[in-house]
Amino acid sequence: MDASIPFRPAAAELDRALVIRNLRKEYRAGQPVLKDVSLTVEARGMTAIIGPSGTGKSTLIRCINRLIDPTSGEIIFRGQDLARLHGRELRIARRRMGMVFQEYNLVERLSVIENVLCGRLGYVPVWRAWLRRFPAQDIDRAFHLLDAVGLGELATHRADQLSGGQRQRVGIARALMQEPDLLLADEPTSSLDPKTSAEIMELIARRAGERDIPVIVNIHNVELARRFADRIVGMSRGEIVFDGPPRALEDARLLQIYGGEGWLE
Amino acid sequence: MITTAAPADAPLRHWQRFTVRQRIMRSGFYIGALIALVWSLRSIEIIPEFLYDAPQQTVDLFARMWPIDWAWYPKVVHGALIETLHTATLGTILAVAMASPVALMVARNITRSVILSSIGRFILVATRSVHAMIWALFFVAVFGPGTLAGTMAIAMHSIGFMGKFLSEAIEEAKPGPIDALIATGASPLAVLLKGYWPQVKPAFLSISMFRWDINVRESAVLGLVGGGGLGMALDTALSNLYWDEAGLVLLVIFIVVMIAEVVTAWARARII
Repeated sequence: MDASIPFRPAAAELDRALVIRNLRKEYRAGQPVLKDVSLTVEARGMTAIIGPSGTGKSTLIRCINRLIDPTSGEIIFRGQDLARLHGRELRIARRRMGMVFQEYNLVERLSVIENVLCGRLGYVPVWRAWLRRFPAQDIDRAFHLLDAVGLGELATHRADQLSGGQRQRVGIARALMQEPDLLLADEPTSSLDPKTSAEIMELIARRAGERDIPVIVNIHNVELARRFADRIVGMSRGEIVFDGPPRALEDARLLQIYGGEGWLE
Repeated sequence: MITTAAPADAPLRHWQRFTVRQRIMRSGFYIGALIALVWSLRSIEIIPEFLYDAPQQTVDLFARMWPIDWAWYPKVVHGALIETLHTATLGTILAVAMASPVALMVARNITRSVILSSIGRFILVATRSVHAMIWALFFVAVFGPGTLAGTMAIAMHSIGFMGKFLSEAIEEAKPGPIDALIATGASPLAVLLKGYWPQVKPAFLSISMFRWDINVRESAVLGLVGGGGLGMALDTALSNLYWDEAGLVLLVIFIVVMIAEVVTAWARARII
């Protein structure tokens, strides 16, 4: 850690915060992608993780909901160490964490509304999902969420008929459908054009903000990170090299995160 | 400044498509293929006398079949035809039911256990390597001659084919949506139903119909060994030397296979 502005969550909020301690991930033994990362994210606002490609941002965020199993370390959230959960306990923890993906990851041959309802798969019995008998209040909420992301008209369209920006809106609605305590977003704008990217970030910030859901977003667009995040974490080669508010992110810091020179003009 | 011309004193650089090793391998392959051809021609022992009058024999055979005995259709062939179609359909349905769990066992993205997938692979290879005719002989011995033996033969022989293609379809499912559903806290069964099944469904239907098409052809001849259907009618006609009746059965098989082909091609195009 360097001399950037230190981040200290209020003691009262610590028990709701996400606390990562010494998180390490080695895909190949002896070659860590994450080198004992420690990070505390308080339960509000948007935290953006920036850094060059292949630096472990995606691995970090996927360790939190255990799409990737960490090699060692702790991930404490709501009194549980997520790194040690298995089976049913892990699924129950996962359903309180929404995730938005770079490639949207919708089930393309299902309708938009059914993709949103997939956010309830952790809650409803399998037979209900199979027979498409979702509880009435879930269906109603799915329609509300589609309205909230601006896709109310497209509920019955098939997901593969949508544009990239529209698909990502469905992805956001699906994540919110989980009623999450935490929203993870892994490069949510990297497959979108600049205008749509800003709209999607705006949507995530607004919809999560009004529901008081903390957001952790991986993003390599520094401008978008500055504009929407309350806190920026810079990663380089599997380590955190910057942690502070957007205004503290000076050019010197960017060079430290991304390396090299000249590209900043 | 960038220049495309090489410096005058630089040696010419060579490029060859294959390395020496690759060229030796390729020559070896062609020589091997030639040896195999000569060897097989020698071992099938063509008798020239039989070859010379083959055209006459063929013409003679067709002459005996003509005119085709249409009166025989309502008496025997229609019932046999329906039997054949039912054998193919029921056999395919049974094969789908038996091949699906095996496909799940074999698909690498579903089953991590090496033991389970080895068992699955063994089932696929074992069922497919035994021809439908051999399966029919086996089931005729078990159940006696008739459509039950034919249906079971079709079902057993189809497991290998269907299981292999189904497992490949499952393996081709995109991992992204699967990750997304796992991330919502969905159980493995829910992920299978909502993540894999929608992705696999078109291939699943397409493979089933393709196999049904093949099974119509196979069940049409299973009767030769006692599996019921058109083959049984053909066998009877041939052993009685009723060539006009045999001609009718062959024509019916041809027409049915054509129709099955057209129907499945149309339906598969609609699905994909």
